[in-house]
Amino acid sequence: MLKHTDNIIEVKNLVKKFGSFVANDNLTFNVKKGEIFGFLGANGAGKTTALRILSGLSYPTSGEVTVAGFDVYKEGEKVKKNIGYMSQKFSLYEDLTVRENIRFYGGIYGLSNKYIKEKTESLLERLKMKDIQNSLIKSLPLGWKQKIAFSVAIFHNPKIVFLDEPTGGVDPITRRDFWEMIYEASDSGITVFVTTHYMDEAEYCDRVSIMDQGRIEGLDTPGELKKQFNAKNMDEVFIKIAR
Amino acid sequence: MNEIAVEVQNLKKSYEKEEAVKGVSFSVSKGELFGLIGPDGAGKTSILRIITTLLFPTEGKITVLDSDVVKDYKKIRTNIGYMPQRFSLYQDLSVEENLTFFARIFGTTIEENYDLIKDIYSHIEPFKDRLAGKLSGGMKQKLALSCALIHSPDILILDEPTTGVDAVSRKEFWEMLIRLKEKGITILVSTPYMDEANLCDRVALIQNGDIMSIDTPEKIIGDFGQKLWAVKSNNIYQLINDLRRLDFIDTVFPFGEFLHVTSNTEDLNITELKSILNEKNHLGIKIQQVEANIEDCFMQLMTK
Amino acid sequence: MSRFLGFVKKEFHHIFRDPRTMLILFGMPIAQILIFGYVVSNEITDVKIGVYDKSKDHVTHEITNKITSSGFFILSENLNSDQEIEDVFKKGIIREVIVFESNFAEKLERDGSAGIQIIADASDANTANIVTNYTQSIINNYVKNELLAQGLPYEIVPEVRMLYNDELKGVYMFVPGTMALILMLVSAMMTSISIAREKEMGTMEVLLVSPLKPLPIVIGKVIPYMVLSFINAVVIIALSYFVFEMPIQGNLVFLLLETLLFIFMALSLGILISTASNSQLVAMFISMFALMLPTMLLSGFIFPIENMPKILQWFSTIMPARYFIVIVKNIMIKGSGIGIVWKETLIIAGMTVFFLVMSIKKFKVRLE
Repeated sequence: MLKHTDNIIEVKNLVKKFGSFVANDNLTFNVKKGEIFGFLGANGAGKTTALRILSGLSYPTSGEVTVAGFDVYKEGEKVKKNIGYMSQKFSLYEDLTVRENIRFYGGIYGLSNKYIKEKTESLLERLKMKDIQNSLIKSLPLGWKQKIAFSVAIFHNPKIVFLDEPTGGVDPITRRDFWEMIYEASDSGITVFVTTHYMDEAEYCDRVSIMDQGRIEGLDTPGELKKQFNAKNMDEVFIKIAR
Repeated sequence: MNEIAVEVQNLKKSYEKEEAVKGVSFSVSKGELFGLIGPDGAGKTSILRIITTLLFPTEGKITVLDSDVVKDYKKIRTNIGYMPQRFSLYQDLSVEENLTFFARIFGTTIEENYDLIKDIYSHIEPFKDRLAGKLSGGMKQKLALSCALIHSPDILILDEPTTGVDAVSRKEFWEMLIRLKEKGITILVSTPYMDEANLCDRVALIQNGDIMSIDTPEKIIGDFGQKLWAVKSNNIYQLINDLRRLDFIDTVFPFGEFLHVTSNTEDLNITELKSILNEKNHLGIKIQQVEANIEDCFMQLMTK
Repeated sequence: MSRFLGFVKKEFHHIFRDPRTMLILFGMPIAQILIFGYVVSNEITDVKIGVYDKSKDHVTHEITNKITSSGFFILSENLNSDQEIEDVFKKGIIREVIVFESNFAEKLERDGSAGIQIIADASDANTANIVTNYTQSIINNYVKNELLAQGLPYEIVPEVRMLYNDELKGVYMFVPGTMALILMLVSAMMTSISIAREKEMGTMEVLLVSPLKPLPIVIGKVIPYMVLSFINAVVIIALSYFVFEMPIQGNLVFLLLETLLFIFMALSLGILISTASNSQLVAMFISMFALMLPTMLLSGFIFPIENMPKILQWFSTIMPARYFIVIVKNIMIKGSGIGIVWKETLIIAGMTVFFLVMSIKKFKVRLE
């Protein structure tokens, strides 16, 4: 298929050191356009460090990294324009309304007022949130916040969206609604880069990499990894890698 | 054997505006490993805090080892070991100092109950001079569990002990719980991870302050009552939409690399479904019947 | 008891392992006092003085010589009338005038005692205080080394007069004010934050579920801060006495007892604040706004109370630090005893009881 051909993220021999501590030890991987890429590992395995480098927030110690066709050393600002980001904590303003949050994030990316207005309408329509557009974020259930946060992260049509530990603690149906949104984004050509330490999230990804102590120890489709490690599920794959 | 350790009858708990727990009843037998399974906001923490006498129930009768949680709270407090959610110990105390501290406030010593915690504590004993804040997630958890056990409680109450912990540590933690159970300790544990239900003797599935089902994991899965199909193609998003448009399809949920699908008809014709999907240009179609798991049951109960 | 000691020990561990806490506890008071001491010692060289010698005999000459040869003072004017004293002060060059009474040496021999008046321009209260202290100690030295050593049982009675600012506002305010501020900060803010931290980390839940009763929990939290605050108070007093040469005219034990009462009050307030805050941030915020700022601005520490608008004067009456400052000032400078400061002492004691009762009422054995 056409979809999975070009690389949108290319990482070659990425090393990041903090003093003598090696947080990322010679990472090499590519992420294809439109792919849902799972970036897995225990807390402290080096996921967050790598994510920061990919999103232009920190420089690698050495190695080549291009994101959306831009070099993270020289073109950090261009990288930032082409990515969306959603953190664990959802990064929504609890004391602003749904509409105000969307308006605010649209403004950050320099979108025109007219565009923001039209897109907000269609977004609220699609999320079936017209009735609550003027409710404060803090009054909404967790699952709704999550959907809004994701919609906001891809509001400016980024080439890549980074999801940092996105689906902890929601009920199973809400979680699946969320994954459907991710599938939809991927279907529309947005590359989705998910970091998580929940191994069962990995099963939803097209391809996953598993990090342990700063290194990538496994990189393939979930199905292939399970075969390779002779495991029933990704949990077992991880346990075999980490032990 | 079947004596009751914790008895909860029609428990209700309201905070200012909302009703967090809407009348739940269950009982935990002595020596049982009982799980409260449900997402954030389901009411698990409220229920556990009421059982540990940290909160008053708004309504209902709750007894722990025949003592009432409102009237006899002091007696209950000496008999339970409790690990609160996100319990993080004293980060600036060493492993040993933490344990000594908790032993002392319960009027005991590490030596006195060393047998009980040996299994768990021996893993972290080599690091006993390290500050708790410098431990890895899994080691912190072991220390927290040792601290909760140090006074040899009859009942162990754990609020989401495995949230945010990696798969290896989770597995080890559950192995430890099962060994503690074998020593006769009653364990009441809450978790948002559906797959952990299988490790409990009995579970209560909780959603929005209500218990949807209480039973052994096997019985709950047995009650699923519908055939379940795992379906997959190269374009999963398109597949969801296409399947939902078919009138003989009941529910479609993403489930890892597959979709879990139930049907209205008694027996789904795999060949027929395959050809329908082929017509819609799906490639790499796979359809197979699968066993439901707790998560499927949870979703089925939610949509009822 | 072992339970309780275990608790106190743990609390000391928390304190000693947190560099920031240590810095606030010990760095700040020392830094504040030293900065002030440095500012002051800078000004005490070559101070211009005037002498109005009504006697002009060999003793007054000797004393004048001692003073001018000390290196601290320069004799810039010899005055001949009372009227001239006013005039030279108004010109603003001279900081101090020393007046010897007439027939000085004669009186000394006849009565065994003679008087010197030391008049200082107290519009710069710091300097005035230091200058008069130095002058007095030079005179005392003279009496001790020159007269008594020769077996002459004479005494010279210096009488200090401050012109323009006879209560010496500012200089004497600094030490009591700093003491009040630091004790407030250490006791109230640190206790409330450390209790709030236990709530934040989830350890409070475990403590509540343990057989430990609420009262020992609170007392166990408070004792380390009480000890440390007290050490702090002693350090401040010692520094101000040795570095800054602030006099302690009154009873030291009485001063320390009053300090202890104030610390106790601040701790009770800290506990009360902690009952109202579930996170360290909230505890910090309340402490800043309810304690630090009012203590600095409304207690008379920085701004004199009588210059405040009426409404703020009203506010200042509920500032515990205001009364503590009065007490410390009275004991240290005027040498007052309980007979003078009983009213302020009673007010602080009353506040302590009030805060304690309130916090015990609000401190729950449960989470809500």
